[in-house]
Amino acid sequence: MAKVLVHPLTVRITHWLNALAVLMMVTSGWQIYNASPLFDFSFPASVTLGGWLAGGLQWHFAAMWLLGLNGAVYLAYGMASGHFRRKLLPLSPRAVLRDIGAALRGRLSHDDPAVYNAAQRAAYLALIVCLVLLVASGLALWKPVQLHWLALAFGDYEGARYVHFFAMAALVLIVLVHVAMVALVPRTLPAMISGRARAA
Amino acid sequence: MKKLERVENLERRLFLRQGLSLGALALLAGCELTDREAVQRVLWAMSRWNDRAQAWLFDSRRLAPEYPESRITRPFPYNGYYPEARVPLIDGTKYRLELAGKIRDRKPWTLAELYALPQVSQVTRLICVEGWSAIGKWGGVRLSDFLQRVGADTTAKYVGFQCADDYYGSIDMASALHPQTILALDWDGGRLPPRYGYPLRLRIPTKLGFKNPKLITALFVTDQYPGGYWEDQGYNWFSGS
Repeated sequence: MAKVLVHPLTVRITHWLNALAVLMMVTSGWQIYNASPLFDFSFPASVTLGGWLAGGLQWHFAAMWLLGLNGAVYLAYGMASGHFRRKLLPLSPRAVLRDIGAALRGRLSHDDPAVYNAAQRAAYLALIVCLVLLVASGLALWKPVQLHWLALAFGDYEGARYVHFFAMAALVLIVLVHVAMVALVPRTLPAMISGRARAA
Repeated sequence: MKKLERVENLERRLFLRQGLSLGALALLAGCELTDREAVQRVLWAMSRWNDRAQAWLFDSRRLAPEYPESRITRPFPYNGYYPEARVPLIDGTKYRLELAGKIRDRKPWTLAELYALPQVSQVTRLICVEGWSAIGKWGGVRLSDFLQRVGADTTAKYVGFQCADDYYGSIDMASALHPQTILALDWDGGRLPPRYGYPLRLRIPTKLGFKNPKLITALFVTDQYPGGYWEDQGYNWFSGS
């Protein structure tokens, strides 16, 4: 069977750079969280990056450039090329519920790797929304004076802390499901590296 | 007691080195161990880059938000690298603020002389590098007024501070000349209590809390990068809000 291109080169490069940036941002972010926890728990030191607060901050404020610049390239490409419109739309709540139900019963079809099912579309869109929220609330926390208008949109500095935390939690949840689904349908992994998969 | 602090700080620095190395190992699995040093160099270089990016983002006309007095955090948290019981008690009658560096008139200042200068006050949010924040009310002398009065070279790059404990710090001249940057003598309508930095502290709401040194005994103006107590251990130097 012939192999067809399912993931364009730009998508593959930005996907893996984003994965690296998110890994660094989340684990260094947990280090920073531990310095002054918002809730009654801390993250285990073994899953945090940086060794102590200053190290975590150094990683966080270095990796943010990778996350932001790579994300900007991805968003610009997705909108300009029609990638988002082709791959992530249309999306109806009914289709999402149907496909999530099918996935939970183990009957979700992945016949054509070039076409995302509704559950995938919803998850990838939600991931993009989470990342945009994380960057925006993160900028508000980094520059609550210079970007005070942005901080106000999140309920001032303290509000932005909560938005930043919950967007991180949602992001981590989506990534865990994403990685679990890749483990269940392993042929999707080489496709995100070579870009090619067997046609349906 | 000071020796213990130094040992703790040394341990913290070693821990930092190991922690960064662990992160580097996790991310660069398979690479040579010598890359650990390279990763740290990259992180420090990125921090210097972030200093420049923040200096560029800094708008000297942009004011930190001010809050009504009803929003003041009570009790306002004590924060420092040693417990509150160890805060040095300064004798205000003997106190002198020493001046050094690129300043024309380096006569030391008494507290009475500082109080005789025009006073301003602000209710602003102090944001700690750890993440928490608290709103407080500080009063004192605008740093830009003071620098003008003593004939400081405001084209110099840095204003540095030495404190009665081991603390020291420095800020960029543009932030030093910001209208909300003050040499604070008062807290919440009265004199600064020792735990908040009696008799003199910097209050700069456009920077993180650790850039607001307490118990200041000397102020200097320089073009040589003075660093800071925490900055020399890894916190970002500019740390602007």
